[in-house]
Amino acid sequence: MNEEKEVEEQSKPLVLEKLEEHHADSLLAQDEARGTVVVVVHKEQVYAVLEYLKTDPELAYAFLVDITAVDNSQMESELMQFDYARFMIVYQLYSFQDQCRVRVRVPVHENDLSVPSVTALWKGANWLERETYDMFGINFEGHPDLHRILMPDDFEGHPLRKDYPLRGRGERERFNFDKQNV
Amino acid sequence: MQGGLERATGERMVLSFGPQHPATHGTLRIVLELDGESVLKATPHAGYLHTGFEKLGEHLDYNQYIVVTDRMNYLSPLSNNFGYVLAVEQLLDIEVPKRCQYIRILMAELSRVADHLLWLGTAALDLGAFSVFLYSFREREKLYSIFEKTTGARLTTSYTRIGGVFRDLYAGCEEDVRQFVSNFQKALKETHTLLTRNRIWMDRTKGVGAISGEDAISYGLTGPCLRATGVAHDIRKAEPYSSYDEVTFDVPVGTNGDAYDRYLVRMEEMIQSCGIITQVLDNMPDGPVNLEDNKITMPNKSDAYGHIEGLIHHFKVVMDGHGVETPTGEHYCATESPNGELGFYIVSDGSGTAYRIRIRPPSFFHFQALPHMLEGGMVSDTVAVLGSLNVIAGELDR
Repeated sequence: MNEEKEVEEQSKPLVLEKLEEHHADSLLAQDEARGTVVVVVHKEQVYAVLEYLKTDPELAYAFLVDITAVDNSQMESELMQFDYARFMIVYQLYSFQDQCRVRVRVPVHENDLSVPSVTALWKGANWLERETYDMFGINFEGHPDLHRILMPDDFEGHPLRKDYPLRGRGERERFNFDKQNV
Repeated sequence: MQGGLERATGERMVLSFGPQHPATHGTLRIVLELDGESVLKATPHAGYLHTGFEKLGEHLDYNQYIVVTDRMNYLSPLSNNFGYVLAVEQLLDIEVPKRCQYIRILMAELSRVADHLLWLGTAALDLGAFSVFLYSFREREKLYSIFEKTTGARLTTSYTRIGGVFRDLYAGCEEDVRQFVSNFQKALKETHTLLTRNRIWMDRTKGVGAISGEDAISYGLTGPCLRATGVAHDIRKAEPYSSYDEVTFDVPVGTNGDAYDRYLVRMEEMIQSCGIITQVLDNMPDGPVNLEDNKITMPNKSDAYGHIEGLIHHFKVVMDGHGVETPTGEHYCATESPNGELGFYIVSDGSGTAYRIRIRPPSFFHFQALPHMLEGGMVSDTVAVLGSLNVIAGELDR
C-alpha cells in the first residue's frame, strides 16, 4: 500500500510540475481527481496561465472544451476554501498531444464580477463567455460582443444563480415580443 | 460555391433565416446580410429552445435527470442517457458489469447510426434529393422499432439507470440487430450510388462551408465536423470509456473540412458503427446487467413489488432525501456522441441531487462557427452548410 503511494507521488503530472515552475505565484490550489489535473488560479493571472497551457509545446492544451461557472453561495465548504468567493469560473482544456485534460478554476468575488476574456486565445470562447455572462452575470473584460445568448435581451437576472428561483420570477407573463430588438 | 463576393452589387439586404424555416430543423435563426446572392455577414441567434436543463439538474435527483437527457439531442437520446450516467458513475467511482457496458455500447452505436441517418435524409432533402430521405427514413424506422422493443419508447428512451440499464435486451434482439446490420449495409450502398458521385450533390457540397483543422479546433468543433478537417480525434479511441477499448474500429477523416467531407465521414462512421455492433453482439458476455449494490441500483420490478427488501431498496433509491448520494467533488466526463463531444460536468455537494450540472453540447460550437463557413459564400449554400453541421436545437439551447 505504502509503495503504491510512493509511486503515485513520484509521477506528478507534467502539467503541475511546469505550472509550479513558471506560474507558481498564480496557483491558489492544485489537485488531481479522477485522472484530471485541477488547478485554482488567481483571476488576474488566468489569461497568462491559459495562454501558457495552450502554447507550451510540451503541454499543448490547444483545445478549449468548455467555460462555465458555479455559484457556490450554498456550498459552505467551497466558499470557505477560497475566501468567500461566490463564483467559480471553470475552464476545461484538452491536449490532443497527450490525450489528457486539465481543469482551471478561478474564484470570483461578488463585488468584482470581472474576469479577463480568452476570446483572443480561442474563437470558441466567444459564445461560452456570453453564456456564462447570461447565466451568472460574470463580466468578461475584453470580450468583443458580450450580451445575452440564451435568454432574451430584455431579461432581468441571471437564471443559474442559486438565488434565482426554479420557476422564475413571473417573466413568462411579462414577455413582450413587440419590444424586443433584433 | 465560394467566391460569391465577386458578384457584389453594392446593395445590401438583411434576410432573417428562421427561427421557423424548414431548413433549420428546429428553432434557430440566422440573420444574413446579403449583397445580391452573396453573404456578407451571418449572425446566428440561439436560445429559442432554451428550457433550463442545467437549472433543472439542480432540482432533480440523479435518476430523475435521465429523462431530461432524452430531450437534449433528441435524435440520439440513447447516447445522451449513456453519457450522463457514465458521468455520475465515474463520480461515484463505480463500474457497471461487463454485459451492461456492452449493451450500452450497442445502443450508443445503434443511435449513432440513427442520428446519422436522420442527418443524411434531411441534409439531402434540403438540397433536393428526395429519394435519399425516403431510403434513410426507411432504415431509421427499423432502428426505432428495435429501440421501442428494448426501451419501451421510440424517442424518450430513458434506457440507462445509475448502475445499469432499465432492463436487459429482449429475446430476439440479437437477431433483429443482425438483420438490420446486414440489410443496412446494402441500403447504404444504394445511398452511395445516389449521392456520392452525383453531379448535383457534389456541386452543392464540395468546397462549401470549408473550415481548416486549426480553425475547427479554435472554434471547438468536435465529432464528424472536426474529423472532416483531417483531425483524427475520437474520444472512443483517445479516452476509451465503458468497453470501447475492446472493440476495433477505424476513425474516418476527411481532408478539406467542407460539407462533402462531412458527408463522407458520417457515411463511413455508420459502416464503422455496424462493425462495432457486430463485434459487441459476437462477444456479448453473460451475467448480471445491473450493478449489485442496493444503495445505487434500482431493484427490478418483481423485487420491488414482491419482496419487502426490494420495496425498501426501491423506496430508498427513489424517495427525495435518500436517493443515490455522490461524494462531494466535481467531475467532467466526455463521451463521443454522434455529433461530437458531449460532456457532463457535475458538481456534487454530497447530497442526492447535483449541486450543478453543466452540459457541454457539441452543437453549440458548431452553430457558433457557422459565420466562418458562410461569409463570402452564396445564400443558397446556407442551407447546405447548416444541413451538413447537424445543429440540434435541443442541445444547442438546452
